[in-house]
Amino acid sequence: MIFGRVAIEQSHRLPTGGEIDRLAPLPFRFDGKAYRGYAGDTLASALLANGVTVVGRSFKYHRPRGVLSAGPEEPNALVELRGGGRKEPNSRATMIELFAGLEATSQHRWPSLALDIMELNDLASRFLVAGFYYKTFMGFPGWRFYEKRIRAAAGMGSGTVEWDPDRYEHMNTHCDVLVAGGGPSGLAAALMAGRAGARVILVEETDGLGGRLRSERETIDDKPAMGWVAKTRAELADMDEVRVLTRTTAFGCYDDNMVGALERVADHLAAPPEHMARQRLWHIRAGRVILATGAIERPLVFGGNDRPGVMLAGAVRSYLHRFAVTPGKRAVVVANNDDGYRTALDLARAGVEVMQVLDTRPAGAGAWRERAVAAGLDVMQRAAVVNAYGRMGVVGCDVATLDGHGGVGDTRYVPCDLIAASGGWSPSVHLHSHGDGKADWDDGIAAFVPGANRLGHVSVGAARGRFGLAEALSDGLKAGAEAAKACGFAIGAHPDTPITDEIATAPLKAIWSIPGPTDRTVKRFVDLQDDVTIDDIALAHREGFVSVEHLKRYTTLGMGTDQGKTSNITGHALLAEARGQPIPTVGTTRFRPPYTPVAMAAFAGAERGLHFSPVRRSAMHDWHAEHGAVFVEAGAWLRPQYYLRPGVTKAKAVMDRAIETEVRAVRSKVGLVDVSTLGKIDIQGPDAAEFLNRVYANGFKALPVGKARYGLMLREDGIVDDDGTTSRLGDTHYLMTTTTAHAAKVLADLEWYLQVVWPDLDVRVTSVTEQWAAMALAGPKAREVLAAAADHGTAVSNDALPYLGVINGSIAGVPVRLFRISFSGELGYEVNVPADWGTSVWEALIAAGEPHGITPYGMEAMGILRIEKGHVTHAELDGRITLDDVGMGRMASSKKWFVGRGMLDKPAFIDPERPKLVGLVPVDGKTRIPAGAILVADPATPPPVPKLGHVASSAYLSPTVGHPIALGFLARGRDRLGETVWAVFPLRNLSVQVKVVEPCFVDPEGSRLHV
Amino acid sequence: MIRIPCPHCGPRDHAEFSYAGDATKIRPADPDAATAADWHDYVYFRDNPRGPHMEYWHHTQGCRAYVKVLRDTSTHEVLAAGMPGDTLEAGR
Amino acid sequence: MAEYSVFSLIRNALGGHKDWIRAWRDPEPKKHYDVIVIGGGGHGLATAYYLARNHGITNVAVLEKGWIGGGNVGRNTTIVRSNYMLDGNAHFYEHSLKLWEGLSRDLNYNVMFSQRGVLNLGHSDGQMDAYARRGNTMRLNGVDAELLDRKDVQRLYPHLDFSAAARFPIYGGLLQARGGTARHDAVAWGFARGADRLGVDIIQNCEVTGFERDGNRVTGIQTTRGTIGCGRVGMAVAGNTSRVAAMAGLRLPIESHVLQAFVSEPLKPLVDGVITYGAGHFYISQSDKGGLVLGGDLDFYNSYAQRGNLPTVEHVMACGLAMMPYLGRVRILRGWGGLMDMSMDGSPIISKTPIDNLYLNAGWCYGGFKATPGSGYVFAHTIANDTPHDFNKAMTLDRFATGHLIDEGGKGPTPKLH
Repeated sequence: MIFGRVAIEQSHRLPTGGEIDRLAPLPFRFDGKAYRGYAGDTLASALLANGVTVVGRSFKYHRPRGVLSAGPEEPNALVELRGGGRKEPNSRATMIELFAGLEATSQHRWPSLALDIMELNDLASRFLVAGFYYKTFMGFPGWRFYEKRIRAAAGMGSGTVEWDPDRYEHMNTHCDVLVAGGGPSGLAAALMAGRAGARVILVEETDGLGGRLRSERETIDDKPAMGWVAKTRAELADMDEVRVLTRTTAFGCYDDNMVGALERVADHLAAPPEHMARQRLWHIRAGRVILATGAIERPLVFGGNDRPGVMLAGAVRSYLHRFAVTPGKRAVVVANNDDGYRTALDLARAGVEVMQVLDTRPAGAGAWRERAVAAGLDVMQRAAVVNAYGRMGVVGCDVATLDGHGGVGDTRYVPCDLIAASGGWSPSVHLHSHGDGKADWDDGIAAFVPGANRLGHVSVGAARGRFGLAEALSDGLKAGAEAAKACGFAIGAHPDTPITDEIATAPLKAIWSIPGPTDRTVKRFVDLQDDVTIDDIALAHREGFVSVEHLKRYTTLGMGTDQGKTSNITGHALLAEARGQPIPTVGTTRFRPPYTPVAMAAFAGAERGLHFSPVRRSAMHDWHAEHGAVFVEAGAWLRPQYYLRPGVTKAKAVMDRAIETEVRAVRSKVGLVDVSTLGKIDIQGPDAAEFLNRVYANGFKALPVGKARYGLMLREDGIVDDDGTTSRLGDTHYLMTTTTAHAAKVLADLEWYLQVVWPDLDVRVTSVTEQWAAMALAGPKAREVLAAAADHGTAVSNDALPYLGVINGSIAGVPVRLFRISFSGELGYEVNVPADWGTSVWEALIAAGEPHGITPYGMEAMGILRIEKGHVTHAELDGRITLDDVGMGRMASSKKWFVGRGMLDKPAFIDPERPKLVGLVPVDGKTRIPAGAILVADPATPPPVPKLGHVASSAYLSPTVGHPIALGFLARGRDRLGETVWAVFPLRNLSVQVKVVEPCFVDPEGSRLHV
Repeated sequence: MIRIPCPHCGPRDHAEFSYAGDATKIRPADPDAATAADWHDYVYFRDNPRGPHMEYWHHTQGCRAYVKVLRDTSTHEVLAAGMPGDTLEAGR
Repeated sequence: MAEYSVFSLIRNALGGHKDWIRAWRDPEPKKHYDVIVIGGGGHGLATAYYLARNHGITNVAVLEKGWIGGGNVGRNTTIVRSNYMLDGNAHFYEHSLKLWEGLSRDLNYNVMFSQRGVLNLGHSDGQMDAYARRGNTMRLNGVDAELLDRKDVQRLYPHLDFSAAARFPIYGGLLQARGGTARHDAVAWGFARGADRLGVDIIQNCEVTGFERDGNRVTGIQTTRGTIGCGRVGMAVAGNTSRVAAMAGLRLPIESHVLQAFVSEPLKPLVDGVITYGAGHFYISQSDKGGLVLGGDLDFYNSYAQRGNLPTVEHVMACGLAMMPYLGRVRILRGWGGLMDMSMDGSPIISKTPIDNLYLNAGWCYGGFKATPGSGYVFAHTIANDTPHDFNKAMTLDRFATGHLIDEGGKGPTPKLH
């Protein structure tokens, strides 16, 4: 790969140390410029190594921003990663593992990162305070005008309209103990649980184990702590029941210890190799959950605290130790806790000139402070940075003493290019909170720690505010042992907690904002990404937005891609100060999954494209395909819509002709249609007749063996639910058919009645939809075809198989069930065949029908045939229709109780004004009556127009009667036969005068059925 | 993801089930004795408590039993489960 | 500084924003109010506003157990539309949409009502017929609607899945161009400020614990801040309706369910309007801040937990990608759960109750946000006149007994299906 000249060769890289591999240099580009980093770098560390200070722009004021952190909490260093369908906007440079050829660009700026025209917002910032948009843009020329401009200016990175070429997987698994976090406490927990024999899963967000140990100089048992990590890792690797998942983020805790975790399988590669998923989403059902999620450092709030070069102190140590990068050459360190000293000592050790160490706490002794002083560092206590300078990178800052009452002493300018700041650490209580865990305020660390937790999640180490290494280890060991024990494993001897060489820390003293210069152009940021300043919080308070929920919504505090990981507590604390109440009274917001953002495709997994939903195909699908079927989705099924003749291509006119041909064939000769999709439910048991009699509105008790009957089912609220035929195959054996759409629902309903409502009935029901292929043979020649196809011994004469008769027989050597029923209104037979032999029987019928011109037909023709006969489907039975509405009220048995009967006489159901099923024909004999048209008395009425009903189904041309026909519902429709009304379709500016007729256009006497 | 202890199959993820609603509603056993108000009450009205709620879950993708479950609607915690005819108490 | 305008904003900017006053007061509850509205969500606040504005009833308190706007008005997908078919709903929602069109100016608060269009996609002939019926009905009611074919949809949204790999191809859609989105929190705050300016007391952190009754009348409301006397009482506590109603001895045709919604990381404009998928439950729009706001099905079980589970999340995202395959790498930033008052026919109840001076506003299912101004408007009317407005006369509590159901989906008395 040719990657251009490398301009600057890692000016800020230390010659030794770190986890990077200096033998594996990796070329990459940022904003088109070529750089080089090393394996083990993140994009952030590689950019810092190359002296790049500005990486992004802030949301509102477009201020130049650098790298603040070294982890998932990063609010500033967001870039667009990769390109094409793999483009990922808003990617945190701190979490992007460097790979050869990586390409990233800065975002949310125009025309370039260095010169961004929208930075003008910064100059206008006094107008763009929190909530300014609620107070203006109400007048001319309207919100939509302003909105277009605001939308264009908002957003952060830009998405893509290209499709993501990568694959995503889901994985389900169980374990006894899930440990979230691979730092010292998590490792210790996994070790103990693993030693006990428990099935353990340890998930770690980064590429390696060790957590903060990777970023500190600590020892365990007098050796570098990472040695202990390596040893532990090896021991865990040897345990069969322990699985360690790195690059995996536990993003959410759900009910009953289900933890969602996202494994970034291939994100550290330029592209996933073939057959490798990009990401894998784990559903982990755990017996016990141990949260070793660590803590997140808080920035300090001072003037210009957003300048590139102002960095979290802990992140500075990460860059020094893990990445061997010095984020600056001259540093000022400021903190309200001992991490300042620790950082300053580490910086000095790495050769960085430490200009000043500022401790905001009042003067006092402390082991860390003494060390810093002993090392010759210039320490100021009760002092802080009050303002940082440098638009594209810190060049210096004003430091001053604090008077403890909101004022500052004389300021002194200190040149520097790095300000390492620490406002203390907040435990990552996110996962704890997902499971309804409460958060308690801990004044000692000025942060929320995990409180009561219903799900029994145990937080350990820094995740519960115990920041010392020894405590983290002992916490982890104890929790791991207890979790394994709770899962039924015997615990061996508790090992001694490893020995650490920690220096005692002096307590933190919270300082939520550092008093600053009165100059209003100096901003002190609480939320860096969304540019929420302390002035915004004061304004929100002034205007009464005094709950944390209101604060966050009004100012957008914590609403950025980082979800306030570095800003929420500070913001809430400032609000608490303004309200004059303690922080826990003011409260904190509840966290919801995901902990860090998760790609939509990872959630969707394999359910994309054609795999979005399973496809159901009938047993004869391939035959249809080979014979020109054009398929159409019918729920999950694919069904032939119509058949194209060989050599003909799909077109509207072709389709209309094909459908017409199919209809004519059924009416004049014979046709065959695949009806396998109808639900089929086998019903058996001594009480089956009684059961059917209760679930159907019409009577079923008297149905003799060998007969089929059409039945209608109601819902409990009296509305028609479903229809179909049910046949009595034996004394205690029935076969019910349902509509395609309601097959699953009807089965579940039958099971409901049998198990819950009438457990005394001895009946079993089971779906046999998949077991039987079904086809309907219809037309005047149907009997001749069937007779020709039937094997010897299968008699299909009118006597042997009369209308509504059911017999067993065989065709082509295949045992079949023959039902003389008809949806088309023609002489018809439904043939049920064991599914594996569906095609054989279908082909036998086609062959037998050849001499009679048999024609396979699809859903369109079937639709026209049934409209011609006035048979209803879900186009009519739309969940609001009563039996009376479709003219079937008289079918309901008055002699028995059935489901829904208790509701039938509600006033609205017996209202004579209710629309009733009618047939409709165009008065001019030719104009189509589109489905979805509304029936009105006069098409010229201006809105609101009184509506008389609607057109439910329409045959644009009935080949049988020679003109368009339709079925519809019309108020008092039964009284209006012969009248004319209008079917209007204002969406297409159409209106048709229609005559109201009986809802049956062909053979109203049904004579064709009985021949 | 709630775990429902199916009496036939053991503990299963709720994704295998279809929720089938309030189990305290008793369908009028003797339709001849039932008034319109009884049907109305059965079909439409619910206690809808915040807290323990007796309900049915249909093990649609398992044994197809309607499982009676006592579940806390404020926490989703399953307190007890059994067959439709069972009387459930929390903790059983 | 009370009045909001670009001028007051500039004046304040020059003065350091020190003069802005509270958007609404924080009063102590009085002993007695002519009307008490229980629930400081969008509907409750709107009701109080219209009681004062339209009916001159200003001795009104809104009681909120937490902070105003903390319920569903603050946890929805901000969609506003009036594409309803049944008369019982259609005129009401259209009235509400008309109120939206003038709301920012009426309230002197920019609720960012953005008429960017709401498009429902259709994926079968049957679905397109159903859209035609709905759209034609809308037009006959004087509501805007356009029926789009596949090509029309492709012109509007060329990047939806029009490929052969689409499991459910797009046949067309029903567009309501006047529909759109609004800034949900601003609606609560705007109504709160508007009501407050007309004299309404908004009392936060005041949870109702019981009703004081005299025969068939409510005489006072017991709260965590003491008992407050009242003339009439309006209840607008969607999500918790059954619980509060139970305190008054009412049982209702309502179940509480959780509906999850999600927002993505902010992006430059990528999705212009509001689009709903027709072969699964999914809807999406892009907020002015840039986040894609999306949602889908209920979690399908009774819940008061305001949080959902993974299977629903995964299904919603799968639906989203089925419609817009290019969103695959877009990351979901945040999810939340709202408590839906699922009624037995999928339509709301704005009604008198068996208790003489207690009025009910409930059962909004998924659709409460868009109804906010209309609901407040007609509920205020119903309370003030002890009789429903023309627009809510069908939304009675007794319609379940009479059979005059307003079942847009035809799903019947299974609340999870609406």
